[in-house]
Amino acid sequence: MASVNANPQAGPVRFWDRLNIGTKRVIWAWTFLALPILFYAGIRFYPTFQAFWLSLTNWDLLRPAQFIGLANYQKMFADPIFWKVFQNTFLYLIIGTPLSLVISFVIAFYLDRVRFMHGFIRALYFLPFLTTAAAMGWVWRWFYQPVPIGVINGILSSVGIPQQPFLRSVDQALFSILVPAIWAGLGFQIIIFMAGLRAIPGTFYEAARIDGLGEGAILRKITIPLLKPTTVFLVVFSSIGFLRIFDQVYNMTTNDPGGPLNSTKPLVLMIYQTAFSSYQMGYAAAQTVVLFTILLFVSLLQLYVLREKK
Amino acid sequence: MTATTSTTELAANRRDIRPGRIIAWTLLLIGGFIMITPLLYMFSTSLKTSAQVYDLKLIPVAPTLDNYFKVLNDGRFMQWFFNSTFIALTVTASNVFFDSLVGYTLAKFQFRGRYFIFLAILSTLMIPTEMLVIPWYLMSSQLGWLNSYWGIMFPGMMTAFGTFLMKQFFEGVPNDFLEAARVDGLNEFTIWWKIAMPMVVPAISALAIFTFLGNWTAFFWPLIVTTSKELYTLPVGISSFSAEASIQWELIMTGAAIGTIPTLLVFLVLQRYIVRGVMLAGLKG
Repeated sequence: MASVNANPQAGPVRFWDRLNIGTKRVIWAWTFLALPILFYAGIRFYPTFQAFWLSLTNWDLLRPAQFIGLANYQKMFADPIFWKVFQNTFLYLIIGTPLSLVISFVIAFYLDRVRFMHGFIRALYFLPFLTTAAAMGWVWRWFYQPVPIGVINGILSSVGIPQQPFLRSVDQALFSILVPAIWAGLGFQIIIFMAGLRAIPGTFYEAARIDGLGEGAILRKITIPLLKPTTVFLVVFSSIGFLRIFDQVYNMTTNDPGGPLNSTKPLVLMIYQTAFSSYQMGYAAAQTVVLFTILLFVSLLQLYVLREKK
Repeated sequence: MTATTSTTELAANRRDIRPGRIIAWTLLLIGGFIMITPLLYMFSTSLKTSAQVYDLKLIPVAPTLDNYFKVLNDGRFMQWFFNSTFIALTVTASNVFFDSLVGYTLAKFQFRGRYFIFLAILSTLMIPTEMLVIPWYLMSSQLGWLNSYWGIMFPGMMTAFGTFLMKQFFEGVPNDFLEAARVDGLNEFTIWWKIAMPMVVPAISALAIFTFLGNWTAFFWPLIVTTSKELYTLPVGISSFSAEASIQWELIMTGAAIGTIPTLLVFLVLQRYIVRGVMLAGLKG
């Protein structure tokens, strides 16, 4: 028995030997899972329940948490800032997701056919995905500065268009932040779309051509329907990303986070401020529960859409 | 048309009209350069003096590395750089080890409760980090983990995404190999580490790339858990440095460039693997 000295129970060697192979393997399996189970229980599940519990308390870091029922939720739903933030979060989602998907699909569709310098062009689109949002937030912030500093206003004024306030304007700031957020995600979406396009068997296209379908019809009847799983994945992935937007907003509006006048503040920034600037932990926990509910809804929607097809 | 080209792209190319393809190619190239314009401006400005920042030329008149010396001599950037590298590497190693081990166990062992464990781990994908940070913060302050490497790292030591990815790949490993190793008297841990792991190297590299990048750029949790500047990660450091530098844009751009250069260098060297890894993780994950 060469395996004796390699067993996990060092002491009771005879006991280990008497076990049959199946039992030994079960013991191995639970040995492998022991630490991970502790991890998931202690660092994922327990905190989740704790967050629900804290959302029903008035915990403020100083005094022990007291149960206050649904008071945090009542306060939140009566708070006009919460609704403003809610609206902002959905604006990021509703504009960001379709726009980034359409752009990345068009680029992927054409880039997929390019042979000459394919790798180089792909790299240009992919590079922004590798950047740090916190750092690039500052670069974009600089872009948006007024003349003589900002690059964009510099270009605008050189062609005779009036200066734009961008981050200083209640109407433009949210869109100004959305641009770098879309920019940073495009590379990933393009790569995934290209992988999806390549997974479509070439015979489908050949058959369609024999049937005399034009390019437009092929796109509508073959490419887009067969790309559905990829598209659904990207819709959900980028929706979740936009719903959780934080890094860009925080870094592009540091002197008045979420400003001007809360016009750019997303839910996660509100959570951050409630918890770590005002230390209203219970109230912040209630806001995280709202975020959780929205994200859960999006994920379930994905499962539903994909289930239906199969 | 008679030449049978099995790949989609070639078949498509054949039908395209030449001028259309050239226009598409040119537009794609221009679009690509627009994509990296922010990066080009960042590097160009980091090579300018404060007086030159206002001329918006992309190529600096008299490029200088002074800003880099100024920023790096400060010492804090070196510390943050080290923190980020250490943290991202450690978390990546932990994920490669544990996510693979759990994925392998769930894919290749038969035992009661297996499906339950799998569903439980998978369900944590639905829990957003933002919901957990308040309890994590509480936990860290009670256990003295605030302002420590461990405090920054502990939430990400294992991920459901990685476990799921690795499980998918281990399912493709033929049982015959594992059985043969068992007959040879290898123990289960050795079988996993020496036999199964080398067979899923592409998945491991995809997981490693994603985990490293995710932790290198992570901002939200490190911002919360660190208050002392020595423990900042690079993104948090860049953010606080930039807020301090206020209008010294050439220094801000230098800081941002220092945070961007490492990932760009790694990408240039490993481009093919990274793109493939992203595709793998995206399609299977």
